[in-house]
Amino acid sequence: MRLTQRPVIAAIVLILAGLLSACATQTAEQRASGEIFDPYEQTNRKIHDFNKVIDKNLFRPASTGYVSLIPEPMVISFTNFSENLSLPSDVVDALLQGDLKTAGNGVVRFVINTTVGFAGLADPATDFQIPQVDTDFGETLHVWGFGEGPIVELPFYGTTSRRDAVGVVANFFTNPLTFAPTRPVKNIGFWAELLERMGDRGNFSDTVDSILYESADSYAQSRIIYLQNRRFELAGDDPDSYLEAYDDPYADIYGDLYAE
Amino acid sequence: MPSNFQFRRMLVTSALAAPLLAALPLPALALSEAAARSLVNKMVADINKVIDSGKSEPSMIRDFEKLFIKYADVPIMARYALGVDGRQASKAQMRAFTKAFQSYISNKYGRRFREFIGGTLEVRSTRKIKAGYEVKCTAVLTGEAPFEVTFLVSDKSGRDKFFNMFIEGVNLLLTERTEIGAMLDQRKGNLDQLTADLKKAS
Repeated sequence: MRLTQRPVIAAIVLILAGLLSACATQTAEQRASGEIFDPYEQTNRKIHDFNKVIDKNLFRPASTGYVSLIPEPMVISFTNFSENLSLPSDVVDALLQGDLKTAGNGVVRFVINTTVGFAGLADPATDFQIPQVDTDFGETLHVWGFGEGPIVELPFYGTTSRRDAVGVVANFFTNPLTFAPTRPVKNIGFWAELLERMGDRGNFSDTVDSILYESADSYAQSRIIYLQNRRFELAGDDPDSYLEAYDDPYADIYGDLYAE
Repeated sequence: MPSNFQFRRMLVTSALAAPLLAALPLPALALSEAAARSLVNKMVADINKVIDSGKSEPSMIRDFEKLFIKYADVPIMARYALGVDGRQASKAQMRAFTKAFQSYISNKYGRRFREFIGGTLEVRSTRKIKAGYEVKCTAVLTGEAPFEVTFLVSDKSGRDKFFNMFIEGVNLLLTERTEIGAMLDQRKGNLDQLTADLKKAS
């Protein structure tokens, strides 16, 4: 597939801008009560069911086959390779967030792993104690002050928020390694990412299976786990941003016990 | 009425504290950061002992259940997981559900023990929070990047026990409240049915 660059980018920018300013909003009280903002739940659930069919019939068997057939060191190498390929885009996002330290770490990691680390197949940067770099355009939007917005279930991807969905699409189309007029191997970033995801799906099979196939409501489980984990990631090392997540079950229960 | 409330609360607290004080007259053991930290360390040591025992899986899960009762405030966790649906439950229903909940949790998470073989959990920091103490740990499992596990510890049950656990921000109580809520919906809100099914499944 060969798409002409400019109209596609223009269309994407339009769609993304439209998405970010879309009209569904949550009232302040709803937000304060911790209620999940999911106005598109019916549609989301349909896409979730579709994703489960894809997972069950294609992605899960391919991934479990991949991690059982391919020796573990090779799976790790491919994951390293994919993570190294995504570093340039991580660095751009870190810069957009004004996070020079992470951007610097990203550059150092990329240089070391691309050279000493055999084009990124090995990860000597971690042995040299250089911190992991993992960010995305969703986080950039968060830093810029965009709220997470309603829950969105993306086909072939999973549960996310509107803000992070915009991030995923933006990252995909702005990463020169996944989508650019000239790149060394066609779609190499995409294939590497797919292998990385298959590795994760295969290695964490029990966890994913327990959410998707063993829970009473896999959509509700995916949603609550996504929200908690993403908020945790974005809160970073700020200890106080996390306190509000600490519900006091004792207060709850004593309130109950002593209610007149 | 606040005065009434306080009075009753005092009564309950002192009733709970009396046997404890009789057993341990000196020093008065209030929950401290050090105690919260040592609770987590002791629990990890006990869990590792079970994992290293090489017993069969069902017998390990039974051992995990005993540890869960020993180290966690199970009644409060069960109550929270049941959410608003728990408000109409009678005491007997609540007791039965708590028991079923405890084997459901032990079974669900105990079955995953293999992932923890050879792993370590190191306490990184502790601090006071409204409901007790927060104990932050770093978990290192083979073949995975280190991740954060946090325990919330309280002595409101009369003993130092953990009442919630977070893995990379994902909170056991909230996640299980969602799951138990969905199970209840499937059974049209029938708590006795849910209790019976949880018992059967574990």
